[in-house]
Amino acid sequence: MSLFRKFIKNRTAFFGAVVIAGIILAAIFAPVIAPYDPYEQFFEGLTLEGAPKPPSANYWLGTDLLGRDLLSRLIYGARTSLIIGVVANGVAVMIGTIFGVLGGYIGGWIGGAIMRFTDLMMAFPALLLAIALAAIFSPSLWIVALVIALVNWVWVARIIYAQTKSLKESEFIESVRSIGAAWPRILFIHILPHLIPTIFVWSTLGISTTVLLEATLSFLGIGVRPPTPSWGGIIFESQSYFLDAPWLVFFPGIAILLLALSFNLVGDTLRDLLDPTQRGRG
Amino acid sequence: MSTLKMLIKRLAASGAIIIGITMIAFLLSFLIPADPVRMLAGRSATQETVESIRHELGLDQPLPVQYIKYLNRLAHGDLGRSYKQKTEVATLIWSRLPATLWLMAGAIFFELLIGIPAGIYASAKRGQRGDKTAMVLSFIGVSAPQFVVGLLLLYVFANLLNLFPLGGYGSFLHLVLPAVTLGITGGGWYSRMMRSSMIDVLQQDYIRTARAKGLGEPKVVLVHALRNAVLPVIAMIGLDIGFFMNGAVVVESVFGWPGIGQLAWQAIQVIDIPVIMGVTLVAALSIVIGNFLADLVMPLIDPRLRVR
Repeated sequence: MSLFRKFIKNRTAFFGAVVIAGIILAAIFAPVIAPYDPYEQFFEGLTLEGAPKPPSANYWLGTDLLGRDLLSRLIYGARTSLIIGVVANGVAVMIGTIFGVLGGYIGGWIGGAIMRFTDLMMAFPALLLAIALAAIFSPSLWIVALVIALVNWVWVARIIYAQTKSLKESEFIESVRSIGAAWPRILFIHILPHLIPTIFVWSTLGISTTVLLEATLSFLGIGVRPPTPSWGGIIFESQSYFLDAPWLVFFPGIAILLLALSFNLVGDTLRDLLDPTQRGRG
Repeated sequence: MSTLKMLIKRLAASGAIIIGITMIAFLLSFLIPADPVRMLAGRSATQETVESIRHELGLDQPLPVQYIKYLNRLAHGDLGRSYKQKTEVATLIWSRLPATLWLMAGAIFFELLIGIPAGIYASAKRGQRGDKTAMVLSFIGVSAPQFVVGLLLLYVFANLLNLFPLGGYGSFLHLVLPAVTLGITGGGWYSRMMRSSMIDVLQQDYIRTARAKGLGEPKVVLVHALRNAVLPVIAMIGLDIGFFMNGAVVVESVFGWPGIGQLAWQAIQVIDIPVIMGVTLVAALSIVIGNFLADLVMPLIDPRLRVR
């Protein structure tokens, strides 16, 4: 059975893929799908006392503290989550792969130094480091993505390092070297293709971590600046009011959970399918 | 002898990492756009006053000299002064530490309470419906944002059902919801680790022997396999401090829990750099210590890991 068929047959992975596709489509076609402008503050979006309105026929998911339509803000917020999640993870996987391959292939004191540096980075709690960095650079969409990438690459580096190292010591690489292949050939033609499944898995699995970290930073008030809608930011803004307006926490919370969960389910299934050492353990 | 050698090696590695952490913290505090001297001197200060304060603080000296002095202060437990609260950072952290340690104890309790039984159940039902359900649930736990879980627990159990206080600190009841929040999100990882640890153990020969003797499956799993499978999972707690430190910042701010996570969060709001750096440093230190302890305990639990 082809990998694709196996993937489709796995119901949880299929569910994840459908949710991800749905959220991506919603983000791309936000202006078409969203019932209202996400920035517009509606006069009738607030009660007479000035409180947000619960879900109704007019505002399907209710309104926020400023009388804006929550559904529209969620749909536009998907852009923030996806862009930061995908970009941050992409950069993290890239940095991690470069450092991991260098550390594993060069070895010696340079490789050792690179790996000691990842040890060092791992000792920092990711969120606190991201907070410190975000406090230094005032956060915009790209800065937040970069900050998240800077704290997340170490995990990828560790895994790629271990794989590169064991590949380098394997017999087929030794035989390639013995017939006189130069290092670029060994590295790019013989080692790199073996790393692609891992890179592929982390390109999906890692997004769930970056999505959660972005939401958490926004919730702590150091993510993307308002009024740009972001799921964590919506909860941050409504926090003090959530006992009276729980929908303002519940719906964005579900959105974050669904997106992170879907990338986890898809990534985990990919790992099972692509990693031969994991086969039969599931 | 060899164990002692390994111990010294690990200690040296941990020491090197701690030095590296102080370097990064030191460099980060230099990247900050705000000038601490200006903040201390106030707006109306003359150029002369600013210079004299700069000299007093030693900020006019070369970086390496400043770094050595910084290390010297750290060695004496001096983490600097908070810009906003005009208190020693070390005193602030010290006064917040008990709350965070309580939260940590509660979180670990619930993580294990959720993770271990779920992992045992999944491994016993390996490949069946129960296993799949448990693993999907564990993924939901892992993927749930802690602040959402915390706020929803507050809404349901404190607001609607009135079973627990709406945040705050003081009694055992206050501890339950924040600890459960961390337990739900962390328990997912523990259940996966417990499951794979159980599966490894259940494939071993002595388990086959136990089954061949005619022991019932519950006894094989819960008595013979569990004892070996659970120890490495418990040792994982040492590697889990980083997860916990991240969680503490979020959960403490949701529940108004006066620990060092909340201290960090309050410091973020006013960009109080010495406090942020102090908490980061303390958190990184505890991660290094946690990893070291896990390294130390693992070979005691599993003799196969001992260096010969």
